[in-house]
Amino acid sequence: MTPETATKTDDALHRELEKTWGDKPGIWGSLTSVNHKTIGKRFIVTAFCFFVFAGILAVLMRIQLARPENHFIGADLYNQIFTMHGTTMMFLFAVPIMEAIAVFLVPLIVGTRSIAFPRLNAFGYWIFLFGGIMIFVAFILNVGPDAGWFAYVPLAGPQYAPGKRVDFWAQLITFTEVSALVVATELITTIFKLRAPGMSLNRIPVYVWSILVMAFMVFFAMPTIALASTSLILDRLVSTHFFNPAEGGDPILWQHLFWFFGHPEVYIIFIPATGFVSAIIPTFVRRPIFGYTALVLSLISTAFIGFGLWVHHMFAAGLPKMGQSFFTAATLMIVIPSGVQIFCWIATIWSGRPIFKTPFLFSLGFFFVFIMGGLTGVMLASWPLDLQLHDTYFVVAHFHYVLIGGAVFPLFGALHYWFPKFTGHMLSESLGKVTFWLMFIGFNLAFFPMHILGLIGMPRRVYTFQAMNGWAGLNLLATIGGVVLTLGVLVFIINFFINRKRGELAAENPWGASTLEWATSSPPPSYNFLHIPTVAGRDTLWVQPEDQPVVVGIRSDVRQVLITKMLDAEPEHIDQFPEPTIWPLLAALSATGLFIGSIFNPWAVVWGSIPVTVSLIAWFWPKGRKAEERPPKEVQQNLGEQKLNAQEEAA
Amino acid sequence: MTPRRTIDVSRLPTYAFGHHALTWWATWSMILMEGTMLVILLISYFFLRTAVPEWPPAHTLPPNLFWGTLNTAIILASVFPNQLAKKAAESLDVKGVRLWMIVTLLFGVAFAVVRIFEFKNLNCHWQQNAYGSIVWFNMGFHTAHVLTDMVDTVVLIVLMFVGPIEGPRFVDVSENSIYWNFVVVIWLLIYSVIYLAPRFL
Repeated sequence: MTPETATKTDDALHRELEKTWGDKPGIWGSLTSVNHKTIGKRFIVTAFCFFVFAGILAVLMRIQLARPENHFIGADLYNQIFTMHGTTMMFLFAVPIMEAIAVFLVPLIVGTRSIAFPRLNAFGYWIFLFGGIMIFVAFILNVGPDAGWFAYVPLAGPQYAPGKRVDFWAQLITFTEVSALVVATELITTIFKLRAPGMSLNRIPVYVWSILVMAFMVFFAMPTIALASTSLILDRLVSTHFFNPAEGGDPILWQHLFWFFGHPEVYIIFIPATGFVSAIIPTFVRRPIFGYTALVLSLISTAFIGFGLWVHHMFAAGLPKMGQSFFTAATLMIVIPSGVQIFCWIATIWSGRPIFKTPFLFSLGFFFVFIMGGLTGVMLASWPLDLQLHDTYFVVAHFHYVLIGGAVFPLFGALHYWFPKFTGHMLSESLGKVTFWLMFIGFNLAFFPMHILGLIGMPRRVYTFQAMNGWAGLNLLATIGGVVLTLGVLVFIINFFINRKRGELAAENPWGASTLEWATSSPPPSYNFLHIPTVAGRDTLWVQPEDQPVVVGIRSDVRQVLITKMLDAEPEHIDQFPEPTIWPLLAALSATGLFIGSIFNPWAVVWGSIPVTVSLIAWFWPKGRKAEERPPKEVQQNLGEQKLNAQEEAA
Repeated sequence: MTPRRTIDVSRLPTYAFGHHALTWWATWSMILMEGTMLVILLISYFFLRTAVPEWPPAHTLPPNLFWGTLNTAIILASVFPNQLAKKAAESLDVKGVRLWMIVTLLFGVAFAVVRIFEFKNLNCHWQQNAYGSIVWFNMGFHTAHVLTDMVDTVVLIVLMFVGPIEGPRFVDVSENSIYWNFVVVIWLLIYSVIYLAPRFL
């Protein structure tokens, strides 16, 4: 802000900030947008669409299994459907939607104007979208992957899976992993460097901690799957032998690489979901969260232990018994931090005054379903038992309890909770409750019988079964449950469309919550906050004094953002963020060309890298930036001398 | 309405070096993820090695030492101009930045040329066996990093000549140097594994 703007009225300031931070008008504006809320909403809707597609595939499978010897879907299509269901749910829905919500919310919760690296954020969205489109086009053209979502070799190798099906699967991994990694980078930088003055690291909401932990897990998990899927596609396309035992390769290497990613993946999904619960519960019981430090430490230790469990997916692979016992112990250990979190939430509710609104109901549903999934997890952690139940419906029941209970229920809670912030309108509370009960009852009807089916021997991934197995009744029950669950999701979608534009107008803080995203209008303006706020304590809006100072001196005619210190969030310097641009979209398009081209011709990697390089350089080129030019000497002096302590000012 | 209490930040600098800068966090994010990938790659190398009785497999020589060692010397030498470029950037010295980035780039070019001879002297092919596959994967992994950082360096050199010369550009140069150091460090690891481990381990 130039000095004279200090005297500007709020209205004039609003107009100027809107001009600086707003998207350009029209279609061009939406293609070039780098605003984290525009991208975030797009990201959420896209990931939710993939959830719906994968859900439809699940319903098709349930219809096929509703009665013995059904001829609704053939074996080949069934293989593609269960592979697409798992792949889509894990890679195109669960991880992306957790990141998408964080992309929208984190900059608001930490009190800044934008996510760090906004152009990279746009790129992360586009590359995710194109990857998803690619795999679904392949599926529709009958070249959908069919070797299961973990694509075990040799089944997924060149010998047993000729054709292009598994190649598309391997490249989808490349798309989603690039997207996840860039978004993780943005989130970590935003959380560490863009927080409002006074929001020291020990004051950030537990939800923000959960996103931070998730982003770090992405850093260590995603590169492994990138390496694995690259090795697989090299084996398939240029005849390397990483997984070919005839030439010194080893299929077990694939299992190790996949699950070293695949197990942390579960926590990448689950940890942000616990963050939702930690955000929702205090709001609806009207008290600060119990055991802040314990909760944060639980998140971090869950992340650490989460990297030491992968072998429990491989108990049937014939590894040394000593090793298996070690991983049994490690797996049992992760119950401890999860238990600590659950007791903290119970204590919060116990000592609060609960208000049973939809988001809170979903959190309670999460407790019930997730704890059931946790219990079967403890059972499966024991390798002798796992050997019996491996590849049966018991495992299917277990991980749906964990993933739907641990991630989808909190997610629906979160969607109901933040809907007013996303759209400016309230969802219907009664339809929300209908959604919850349909989903809760439908889910348990669909998946509880699978425990029993697994115990009596039904293997997973069979496209049909015979009447004499005695599995018919429970399968029919599961199908009915699946339909009820689908109805629940349908009610949510109806609720969304009814209230998206016409619902009751939402106030700034309709739930009376404590975090900063509720300190700006619903939906927030393009620049998030008229003045960057300062923070006097945890549960910011509940403890904030009336005259809490705000930050001034940030220019409103260019995209200036205040950068603060990593630990104490004292003002440090001012950065200038980039303008909207088409280049991230073009970079994503050319990368898409490279990735898809390489499936058909390895040279595409060479030729394809040229447009990718050109678009990245054009993106980076500092054209038309209106940077404030300062003499270097003054800059250095400032770096040494300027010490502003927001906390002291606030005190 | 009483005037609000405010904190004025208008006098703060508009860029900063090191861990104050956002790009530093992006660079280290990149290093973390690429480093993880390398660690897993090297673990895979030794994993495959345990699965076979002979390593390298019978009738296969380890890669010829000469070209790999020469390249190790070249890339180690490049650390010096690279550090000088970083220092020049942090003291906002345009001429120093231009000079030392170009010198670093020349070392990179020399490295890339010698890399061609390295590939010719690996004594294996990726289609032969898993040993050949993992050796080529390691070499390909590193070469990709060398090439991307060289493109980055070229772009920054051009910007340092054509301008506009702004504070954030110097930060970019400094971050680029950090990334080149990473490329050097991962080469030392890959060199030890590909060239030395089959001989001495």
